[in-house]
Amino acid sequence: MLKLIDKGIKSALLEVQEYVLLCSAALRAMVSPPFFVHDIVEQLDAIGVGSLTVVILTGLFTGAVLALQTGLTLDQFGARPVVGRLVSASMVKELGPVLTALMITGRVGSGIAAELGSMTVTDQINALRALGADPVRKLVVPRFLAGIFMVPLLTVVSDFTGVAGGWFVAYMQLGVGSGVYWTSVQEGLYLQDAWMGLIKPFFLGFVIVSIGCHVGLRTRGGTQGVGRATTRAVVAASVAVLAVDFFVTNLLVYLMY
Amino acid sequence: MSPRNADTRAATATPIGTDRDVPVIEFDRVQLAFDDVVVLREVSFTLLTGHTKIVLGASGAGKSIMLKLILGLLRPDGGVIRVDGRRVDQMSERELMEVRANVGMVFQEGALFDSLTVRENVGFKLYEQTRIPLEEVDARVREVLGFVGLGEFIDRMPSELSGGQRRRVAIARALAARPGVLLYDEPTTGLDPLTATTVDVEIVKLRDLENVSSILVTHQLRDAFYIAEHEAVREVGDGFRVVRASPDKAEETEFVMLREGRLVFEGHASELRHSRDEYLQAFLS
Ligand SMILES: Nc1ncnc2c1ncn2[C@@H]1O[C@H](COP(=O)(O)OP(=O)(O)O)[C@@H](O)[C@H]1O
Ligand SMILES: [Mg+2]
Repeated sequence: MLKLIDKGIKSALLEVQEYVLLCSAALRAMVSPPFFVHDIVEQLDAIGVGSLTVVILTGLFTGAVLALQTGLTLDQFGARPVVGRLVSASMVKELGPVLTALMITGRVGSGIAAELGSMTVTDQINALRALGADPVRKLVVPRFLAGIFMVPLLTVVSDFTGVAGGWFVAYMQLGVGSGVYWTSVQEGLYLQDAWMGLIKPFFLGFVIVSIGCHVGLRTRGGTQGVGRATTRAVVAASVAVLAVDFFVTNLLVYLMY
Repeated sequence: MSPRNADTRAATATPIGTDRDVPVIEFDRVQLAFDDVVVLREVSFTLLTGHTKIVLGASGAGKSIMLKLILGLLRPDGGVIRVDGRRVDQMSERELMEVRANVGMVFQEGALFDSLTVRENVGFKLYEQTRIPLEEVDARVREVLGFVGLGEFIDRMPSELSGGQRRRVAIARALAARPGVLLYDEPTTGLDPLTATTVDVEIVKLRDLENVSSILVTHQLRDAFYIAEHEAVREVGDGFRVVRASPDKAEETEFVMLREGRLVFEGHASELRHSRDEYLQAFLS
C-alpha cells in the first residue's frame, strides 16, 4: 500500500517535471531561430479561425441567457434598464474568458492531444527526430504561439457577441430600448475590467495548449492510448483553466483594484 | 555542426568513414529496462563499414529498441554505444542531430507523417535541414521514389497508399539524404513476396553499390537469406545485376539472434542454416 502511494507520488512528480521541462523548452525555442513559419501560420489558422463559429455561438447564447436571468432579478428592484451593465461586466471580466477557454479546450486541447498522441504511438515523433527535426520547434511551438495569441482574440469576439446577444434579449423580450441598453453597457465597463478580460486569456490559452501538447507527447499504448490521452487532456485542461482563472483573477484584483 | 556542413554532407554521395573494416556501430554491454522489464542485458556487437547485420528475434525481443538506441531516440541504462566512433549514449539532442545526419531509419510501420504528401515526406530532411535548391530536392525525391517504384504516387497522401506502398515510401525517405548507415525495422513484414523481393534488391543494391552499412531487423527468413546470399554488381552504364554472392561477399552479412535480451547467436548465413541449436531451428522452421 505504502509502496503504491510512493509510486503514485513519484510518477506525479515525474509528470510535473516533464511538463515544466516541455514548457521551458518551448518558451526557449519560441525566442530563438529556426522558426517553422509555415507550421505557425497553419496553427494560427486551425486554432484561431477554426474556433470562430464555436466561440461566436457560445458568446451569443451566454449573453442572451445572462440578460434574461438578470432581467428577472433586476425587476425585483425595478432596475431593468441597467441590464446592459450586468451583461457587459460579467461577459468581459469572467464569462467571456472562461467560457471561451473551456470551449477551446474541448475543440483544440483535445485535438492537439489526439494529433500529437497518434504521432507519438506511430513513431512519427521519433521519425521527426531521426530526420533531424526538433519536435518542440516543429510541433509544440506553433501550437503554443497559436494558443497564446488566438485565445485572447477569440475572447474579444466572444465578449462582443455576448453583449450583442444580451441586447437582442433586452430589446426583444425585456422591452429595454437600444439606446438605454448600450449606454448601460458602457457604464458597466471600467478600464480595469477590460484589462482583466484581456490579460487572463493569455494565461488560459497557454494552459490549454501546453497541457494538450504535454499529454499528447506522453501518450503510450497504441490507439487506445490516444483515446485516453484525449480525455485526459480535456479533463486536466478544463480543471486547470478554472483554477488558473481563479488565481490570475486574484492576482489581477490585487494588482489593479 | 553548422548548417553548411550538413549541406555538403547530404549532398555528397560517399558517406564519411568509407574505409572498410572500420566499425560504424558498436554496442558494448548495452543494458536497458523499462521499470521492472529488462529488455536488453549486456548486448555487444560491432557493425563494420559496408557490412550488414541481420537481427532476428521473436516479437517483443527488443529489436526495435536496439535500433532506436543507435539513433539516440532512447538512452540505455548502461553500456556504451558508438556510431562513427562517437558515443551516442551520452550526447545531447543537439549533438545527436549530427550523428543522425548520416543515419537513415525505416521505422517498423513506416511512421510517415500523415499530414504531409509523399513528396514532402520523402524530401523532408532535404527541404527542412538543408539549403539545397528546391528543384534539386525535387529531382532527388523523384529519383528515390523511382528506386522503390512509386514515382507516380508523389502527390498522394500516405493515407491513400497501401501498407506495402507506405513501407516503400518510408525506405525512400530514409535514403533520400544519402546516409552512410541505414537501419531497417522489419521492412518486408506484411508485403507480398514480389514487393518484398523489390525491397530486398534495394537493400542489396545500397549495400553493394553505394557502400551503405546497414542493420536489418526482420522475421522474414526468406528475405534475410536473400539479402545475405545475393550481391549486386554494376554493369556497363547505370545498370546493375543481382547475382549469388561470392563467398567473400557473403562474409559481409552477419546474423544475430536476440532472445530474452541477449544475443544468442552470431554468425553467417551458412552457420545459421546448419546450426544445431533447438531454439534457432524452431525459429528457422
Ligand atoms: N516505451 C516503452 N515503455 C515500456 N516498455 C516498452 C516501451 N517500448 C517497448 N517496450 C517493451 O520493450 C520490449 C521490446 O520492444 P520492441 O523492441 O519494440 O520489440 P521488437 O523486438 O518486437 O521490435 C517489449 O516487451 C515492449 O513491451
Ligand atoms: Mg519491433
